[in-house]
Amino acid sequence: MFGEYSLGDLGAIFAMQGFAGLILFSVYVLMALGLAIIFGQMGVINMAHGEFMILGAYMTYLCSGFFQAHLPALFPAYFFVAMALAFVAAGALGMLVEWGLIRHLYKRPLDTLLATWGLSLILQQAYRSIFGAREVGVELPSWMMGSVQATDAIEIPINGLFVMAVTVLITLVVAGLLFASRYGKQVRAVMQNRVMAGAVGIDTGRVDCLTFGLGCGIAGIAGSAFTMIGSTGPTSGQLYIVDTFLIVVFGGAASLMGTIASAFSISQTQSTLEFFLSGSTAKVITLLAVVGILMLRPQGLFTLKVRR
Amino acid sequence: MAENEGGLESALRRRLLMGLAAVPAASLLPRLAQAAGPPTASVNTTGLAVTDTEVTVGILHSVTGTMAISETGAQQAEKLAIEEINAAGGVLGRKIKVIQEDSASDWPTFAEKAKKLLVNDKCAAVMGCWTSASRKAVLPVFEQYNGMLYYPTFYEGLEESKNVIYTGQEATQQILASLDWVAKEKDAKTFFFIGSDYIWPRTSNKIARKHVENVLKGKVVGEEYFPLGHTQFNSVINKIKLTKPNVIFTDVVGGSNVAFYKQLKAAGIDLSKQVLMTISVTEDEIDGIGGENIAGAYACMKYFQSLKNPNNEKFVAAFKKMWGDKTVIGDVTQAAYLGPYLWKLTVEKAGSFDVDKVAAASGGIEFKGAPEGYVRIHPNHHLWSKTRVGRALPNGQFEVVYESADLIEPNPFPKGYQ
Repeated sequence: MFGEYSLGDLGAIFAMQGFAGLILFSVYVLMALGLAIIFGQMGVINMAHGEFMILGAYMTYLCSGFFQAHLPALFPAYFFVAMALAFVAAGALGMLVEWGLIRHLYKRPLDTLLATWGLSLILQQAYRSIFGAREVGVELPSWMMGSVQATDAIEIPINGLFVMAVTVLITLVVAGLLFASRYGKQVRAVMQNRVMAGAVGIDTGRVDCLTFGLGCGIAGIAGSAFTMIGSTGPTSGQLYIVDTFLIVVFGGAASLMGTIASAFSISQTQSTLEFFLSGSTAKVITLLAVVGILMLRPQGLFTLKVRR
Repeated sequence: MAENEGGLESALRRRLLMGLAAVPAASLLPRLAQAAGPPTASVNTTGLAVTDTEVTVGILHSVTGTMAISETGAQQAEKLAIEEINAAGGVLGRKIKVIQEDSASDWPTFAEKAKKLLVNDKCAAVMGCWTSASRKAVLPVFEQYNGMLYYPTFYEGLEESKNVIYTGQEATQQILASLDWVAKEKDAKTFFFIGSDYIWPRTSNKIARKHVENVLKGKVVGEEYFPLGHTQFNSVINKIKLTKPNVIFTDVVGGSNVAFYKQLKAAGIDLSKQVLMTISVTEDEIDGIGGENIAGAYACMKYFQSLKNPNNEKFVAAFKKMWGDKTVIGDVTQAAYLGPYLWKLTVEKAGSFDVDKVAAASGGIEFKGAPEGYVRIHPNHHLWSKTRVGRALPNGQFEVVYESADLIEPNPFPKGYQ
C-alpha cells in the first residue's frame, strides 16, 4: 500500500494520524465525562445525554448570533462565554429534570432508561419547534479555524487542539471535585450506600441534584465544543449517544479512570483501523473487539472494589 | 420558522372561514359553481375524492424526526405550488384541497400514512417521500391501491413504476455530465470517493467509478464509506492528503456532512486549490455546514437557487414571501415544486383524474414554467432535465459554472454501469 510514497510523506502522515487519534480521544472523553458522572456515580441511564449536549450547542449558536449583532469587537472571544453559558443552561435544565423526574426513579434504574428516552424525544421536538428542523450553522471566530503548520508536511487542526485543551481542563476539574473535595466525598458516599450516607447526615437529595446538574453541565460544554467539528440540529445528539454509552460501559461504569482508558483504547483502535481499512469496516471491528472484551470482563475495564 | 408555520395555519383558517361563508352563496348558485369544469362523473370514474368544486391531494413528508431537516423544504414547495395553482383556477375547474400527513421519519409510518391517504382520503395524487428507503416502503402501497406518487429527490435509479413520477434526477443524469466536465476543465485523472454507507452513495459511486475508469480513463485512488451519523473524519482526511487525488468526490449525507466539511477545513485542505465535487450538498445543507466552511466546493445538481431566468426569479420571490426571507431553496425543494404542476398538466391532458389515465398520459408532458427551465416527462416517468455544476460561495449560494447544453435523457437502468 505504501510502496509508492516517500518516507518523508509517510512520516508526516503518521504524525498527523497520531494527532487524529489523540483528537478523537479527547472528543470521546469530553463526550463521555458527563455520562460517566451520571451513569457511573448515580446509576441513572441518561438517554437524553445527547440532547443536553445539543442544548450546549444551541447556546453557542445563540451566543454567536448575539455577539455578531451586538458586540462584534468581542467576537473572537465569544466561544468562552458560550461554553460557560452552555454549562449553566444544561446544568440548570439537568437539575430541573432531576428534581421533577429522576429523583422519583432512583429505586427503579431501568425505568430511568424509558423516562430519559422520553425526555430526549421531548427535547428534540422542542428544539425543532424553537430553532427549526434544519441544522443551524454556528459561525466560529477565524482564529479557531484552520491549522498549525508544524513542519512543511505536518498540519494540526486548531479546533482539535482546542478540544484537547478543554478536555484536559475539565477532566482535571472533575477529578479534583470528585476525589479532593468535601462534595466529592459525599457523592462517593451516596453512591456506595445511599441509606447510610443519609444516616450520617449527608443531604442525599441535594447531592443527587448537584451531581446530575454537573453531569448535564459538562455535556453542555461538550456540545458547545463540538460545534467546531460537528453539526448542530435537533437530532444531532443522537449521533453521539451510542459511542458515549459504549465508552462508559466499556470502561467500567463507576470508574473515571476506566472511562479515560476506554476512550483511549477505542479511539486509537478506531482511528488506526480507519486509516488502513474503510470507515464502516473499522467501526465493525472496533465494536466486535468491544463486545469480545465485555464478554470476558462484563464489569468493564476498571471496577471499584465495593462490598455489596 | 415557527412564525411562518403560524402564518400558514392562520392563513388556512382564514381560508376555511371564507369557505364556510361562501357555502350559502354556493348553494344558491349550484349551476354557476359547476360550470367551471367538466362534470365530475366524466372526470372521475374510479371513486377518487373529486367533487364539483374540489379535488383532494395528499402531502406525505416528515415534519418530525431526523428527516424533518430535509423534508421541510419539499413540503413547503408543494404547498406553494398548490396555492398558486388554486389561485389560477385549480385543476379542471376544481380547487386542490390538501391533506397533509406526518410520516415522522419512520419507514413503516410512511407506508401506513400512504395507505390512509389512498384508501380513506381517496387522494387523486400524493406528493411525498424523500429518502429511497421511504419510497421503497410506500411503493407496494401505491401499486396495490393504484395511487399516483410524485417523488422529488435525486436518487440512485434502478426503479420505474407506473404509479410514480420521479421529479428529481436519477444517478446517471446527475453524475456523468459533471464528471465529464471536471475531467475536461480541471484535467482530473485521479478521484477519491467518500460516501455515507447506504444504497444511494454506493450505487452512485459505482456508476461514477465505471465512468471514471472506462470512459474518462482515470483512476479511483480511494473509495470509503462511513456509517450514517459518523462525525470523525480526521483519519480519512489524512488518507486524502497521502493519496493527493485531483478530485474528492463525495456523497456524505446528514449530520456527517457538517462534520466532514468542518474537519476538512480545519485540516488545512483549501477547497479553492483542491477540487471537491459533491452530489449531496444543496443550499439546504450549507445552512448547517456554514458557507465559509464549504466555499469553493463544486456541487452537481439540476437546480441552484441562483439560476438566472424569469421562472426562477418568480419562484424564489414567491417562496420567500410565503416561507420567510431567510429560507433557502435547494435542488429537491425545486423538484418538489414541479410535482403539483406536472400533475395538473397531466390531468388536463388526460381530461380525467383517473390514475390509470394520468399514468398513461404522463409521458411527453412538458412544463415550461419550471424554475430549472423547460422539463419534459419521459415515458419511463423520469424527467428530461439539464444538469449543472455550481461552485459554493461563502454566502451559502452557488455560482453556476457549467450547464449541460441539452436536456439529459433519464436512464434509470443504465447499461454498462451496474
